[in-house]
Amino acid sequence: MTTRDGRDAPVSQDGYTKNEMMIAASARTLAGERVCFVGVGLPNIVCNLAQRTVSPELQLVYEAGVFGARPERLPLSIGDPTLVSGSTAVTSMFELFAFYLQAGLIDAAFLGGAQIDRFGNLNTTVIGDYAAPKVRLPGSGGACEIAIHARRILVIMRQAKRSFVEDLDFRTSPGHSGDPAHDRARGWFGSGPTSVVTDLATFGFDEETGEMTLLTVHPGVTIDDVRANMGWDPRLSGSLDETPPPTEDELRLIRTQLDPQGMYTS
Amino acid sequence: MSGRGISKQTTMAEAVGQLVRDGDTVAIEGFTHLICFAAGHEIIRQRKRDLTLARMTPDVIYDQMIGAGVARKLIFSWLGNPGVGSLHAVRRRIEQADPEPLEIEEYSHFGMVCRYVAGASNLPFFPIRSYYESDIPSVNPNIKPMASPYDDGTEVYVVPPLRPDVTIVHAQRATVTGDTQIWGLLGCQKEAAFAAERVIVVCEEVVDEAVIRRDPNRTAIPGFVVDAVVEQPFACHPSYAQGYYDRDNAFYLEWERISKDPEALERWLKEWVHGLEGHAEYVARMGQRWEGLRAGERLSGEVNYGDYS
Repeated sequence: MTTRDGRDAPVSQDGYTKNEMMIAASARTLAGERVCFVGVGLPNIVCNLAQRTVSPELQLVYEAGVFGARPERLPLSIGDPTLVSGSTAVTSMFELFAFYLQAGLIDAAFLGGAQIDRFGNLNTTVIGDYAAPKVRLPGSGGACEIAIHARRILVIMRQAKRSFVEDLDFRTSPGHSGDPAHDRARGWFGSGPTSVVTDLATFGFDEETGEMTLLTVHPGVTIDDVRANMGWDPRLSGSLDETPPPTEDELRLIRTQLDPQGMYTS
Repeated sequence: MSGRGISKQTTMAEAVGQLVRDGDTVAIEGFTHLICFAAGHEIIRQRKRDLTLARMTPDVIYDQMIGAGVARKLIFSWLGNPGVGSLHAVRRRIEQADPEPLEIEEYSHFGMVCRYVAGASNLPFFPIRSYYESDIPSVNPNIKPMASPYDDGTEVYVVPPLRPDVTIVHAQRATVTGDTQIWGLLGCQKEAAFAAERVIVVCEEVVDEAVIRRDPNRTAIPGFVVDAVVEQPFACHPSYAQGYYDRDNAFYLEWERISKDPEALERWLKEWVHGLEGHAEYVARMGQRWEGLRAGERLSGEVNYGDYS
C-alpha cells in the first residue's frame, strides 16, 4: 500500500486527481437525500463525503445489514466490522432487503458495472456469451433489486468505450427502457438511474426519453474526449457546463479522513 | 459444563468427517463476517468430492475450495473478492473449464436469502419483487415469474427453497449442546442453519449455558437444530469475528496474486492446508500476524431482562 506522499498518482495541474474529481462530483448528487444504500469502494467514500458536506443527515445503509452506519475507518469490504460498531441498527440480510429496500425506504443507491448502456442498464455478470464467457464478472449481488427499488440510482464508473456500450452483453440490473410510457407503468419505487459520474464528465437522464445526457465536463476535459470514450454519440444538455472542481474542503476531507492512504483516490 | 443436553462438542476433523459427505450440498455462510475458513480447509484436507457449494458470496474460501477440487457446482449471488477483485480459481473453471468445468446457478442477494428462508420455513417457493427486466431469469430457469393469486395485477418472481445437506456457521460463542450466539453482521446464518439437514456450529468459545440464558435475545440458533459443536478460535481468518479479531484485509489483497497463478495456489494449499494437521497449527504458524488484527474493546451496555421469580 503506498502512502499519499509516496504514490505516483497523476495529480492534475490544479492539484487533484481524476478520482478525487469523480468523488466530489458524485457526493454533490446526494444533496438533500436522507437514506442512501452504500456500495464498496468509490461509493463508500462518496457517501461518507456527502455526509460530511452536502447531506449531514444522510443515513448510510449497507447491504450487509447495517442501518445508520458511522464507519471510523474506510472499509475495504462492505462487511467491515467498523460498520457495525456505533451503528443505529444491525439487521439480518432478509430484513435489510425485504423491509428496507423492497418496501421502498431507500432514497438513493450507488451502482456501477463493467458495462452501461445509454438508458442506464447495467451489466455486472459476464463479458461475452453467458455459457462460454470471455470474462466472468461477479454477478448481481444486490444490484438487480436495488435498481428496481431504490428511489433513484446514482452511477459512478470510469468511462471507456468498452464500458459505455451500445448493447450490453448481459442485463443484470434494469435501467430505463427507452419507452417512457412503459417506465411509468412499471409501478416500481425506483425511478431508475438519475445520474452518472465518470472520470471525465457528469450525465443526467432525459426526463422524456430516459436517455443519458451529458451535463458537465470536468475541468481540462473536452466534449470530444467524452465522445471518444463512449460507444455512442451522447445527447448534450442545452446548458452544458464545466463541472465545478473539488473544493479545498472536499479535498481535505478525502485526504485526511476518508482515504488517507490514497487507496481509492490515487 | 452444566446443561441438560448431551454434549455435541467434537473436533473439526470429526465433525467434517462424519457430517460432510461426498456429493453433499454444503453452505458455509457468513456475509464477510464469521466465514468459517477453518471448516473449508478441513473439507479440502479430507479431500471431499463432488460437493455443491452454496453461499451468497463465495469469497476467498470457496475460491480455495473450488481451486482444491472439492466441488462440482456453485450456487451464489455475488462472485468476487470483496473490495479487491476476482476469484481467479473459480473464474478459470467457469471461463476455461480449467482444470475441469464448474456448474453454476446464480441468483441475486435477495433471491439467495429468500431461498434459505423458504428452506427454513418449509415453503415450496418464496415470492420477491426482483428480476424484472433483468436477464438473470433467462439463464436460471429456477427463477420463475408468477402472477399474484389475489388478482391485484402484481407480478412477482419466485425462487425455490434451498435446503443444504450441511450448513456450517461460525459464531462468537456456543454451548456444548449448540445454543449459539452471534453479534455483528448477521448475514443469513440463521436462515441457512434452519434450512439445513445437518448443522455444524464452530465457535470462538464454548460457554456455559448460563451465559446464553443471561442474554437470550442474542441467540441465533438453538442447540436442538445443531448436530456438532467445534471450539476453534480464530477459525474465520482472513474473515473476522466481531469483537474477537479484525478482518485481515492484507490477506484478501494477497489472495489476488495467489489465486491468479495456479501453481502459487497449489503451493499455498500445500503449505497452509494439506501440510497442516488442523487449524491450531495454522493459527500458530500465523505468528506475529495476529498482532495487527486485535479487535480492541467496545462493550455493549447492559439491559434489564427483569427478575420474575
